Amino acid sequence: MEHQTQYKLVKCTINGKKTENMVDVRASLTDMLRNDYRLTSVKKGCEVGECGACNVLIDGECFNSCIYLAIWADGKEIRTLEGLLGPNGELSDIQQAFVDETAVQCGFCTPGFIMTAVEILESGKEYTRDELRKLLSGHLCRCTGYENILNAVEKTMKRRLGKA
Amino acid sequence: MYDINALYEANSVEQAVALRLEHPKAKIIAGGSDVLVQMREGKLAGSDLISIYMLDELRGVTLEGDGTIRIGSLTSFSHITKSPVIQAHINVLGEAVDMVGGPQVRNIGTIGGNTCNGVTSADSASTLMAYDAVIELTGPGGKRLVPIQEFYLKAGVVDLREGEIQTAILIRRESYEGYKGHYIKYAMRNAMDIATTGCSANVKLSEDKQTILDARIAYGVAGPVPMRAPSAEAAAKGQPVCAETVAAFGKAALDDVNPRTSWRASRELRLQLVEELAKRCLTEAIQRSGGDL
Repeated sequence: MEHQTQYKLVKCTINGKKTENMVDVRASLTDMLRNDYRLTSVKKGCEVGECGACNVLIDGECFNSCIYLAIWADGKEIRTLEGLLGPNGELSDIQQAFVDETAVQCGFCTPGFIMTAVEILESGKEYTRDELRKLLSGHLCRCTGYENILNAVEKTMKRRLGKA
Repeated sequence: MYDINALYEANSVEQAVALRLEHPKAKIIAGGSDVLVQMREGKLAGSDLISIYMLDELRGVTLEGDGTIRIGSLTSFSHITKSPVIQAHINVLGEAVDMVGGPQVRNIGTIGGNTCNGVTSADSASTLMAYDAVIELTGPGGKRLVPIQEFYLKAGVVDLREGEIQTAILIRRESYEGYKGHYIKYAMRNAMDIATTGCSANVKLSEDKQTILDARIAYGVAGPVPMRAPSAEAAAKGQPVCAETVAAFGKAALDDVNPRTSWRASRELRLQLVEELAKRCLTEAIQRSGGDL
């Protein structure tokens, strides 16, 4: 039997903007965000949900968009790293902290890490170093050894809580 | 792009059942953290899928009038851990599913998917077994309830019949009231790993905390499917709270299990784990119940 390409209309909010788009039902959310919306902070890493490079926020929770079907985005609110920038392209505090703490080397894992950091920071809670380690454990970084990434997240958390 | 041949989306449980009858060969996709990965690997490439992910009616944990804890099959691991009902009555389940994969996986992975794929290593399964969970299946003839021990038929195969989908996991009041449990996942890494062997045990102590009124224990990866260890349970039931009971409990568990050697670990290591994890889980469960060891 010949394969027939199926499409579905997906309406969602991406970085605060309402969008709609006909999506191939075989597409992952990574495919949709990169190909249809040019949101290339969403990296294609392992593509099996192991490395966290494609991580985005969906309704406030972190998901690996590579193992999330694009059609499931219907009705959802999606945020990617591009949505963190200020109106004139200013870096957000967590992005600046990654720069300041040398938490970036090759940069491939960085957008994913930062989006998880956003979920952590927006919880408004104070976490211990060990708790942060666990919360960030869904991301692989082959350059930094993680310490500087933890420093960046921990310092931003403390700053936002007025404790640094 | 995934190598999906055709995708059918269910907008209600009724429709899911109809789609299951119409497309008996299609795989059900819930959160997809197993199905999509297997599709990428090639194992499920070219399959037809029935997506039930959008069925919000199957999400959430509720306490029913008779005290039954009802966990909707699409409830994510992270929502189970955060659920006040789980925290109050069966916290060990929340702790167990908090050891699955990493944070993003716990946001997408569902307890229904974890049990329906029939794998022995599922972090939720041993605790559900140890609490006599009941699986609710909805099919063309309505609802069917199956004790979780009977739900697992063999490695990778569960009692999911024609036209059925799993709609909830139930834990009855008598199965959790008065019990405290503990789960240990023994794995090589602290995150993004699969259990070498997992063990979940719980106890109910007498009022004076001196006697074990009931003890239940279940394992993942101690055999082809998650399994209880009835010999261990018999060795502890009615016995005094003491180190000898704990030791006998661990030893007796060896009579019930049948682990294999895989690339992850040898049978010998797993047998050692079966005994040791039983003792540690029981000790912790006793302490959580207010017992002194």
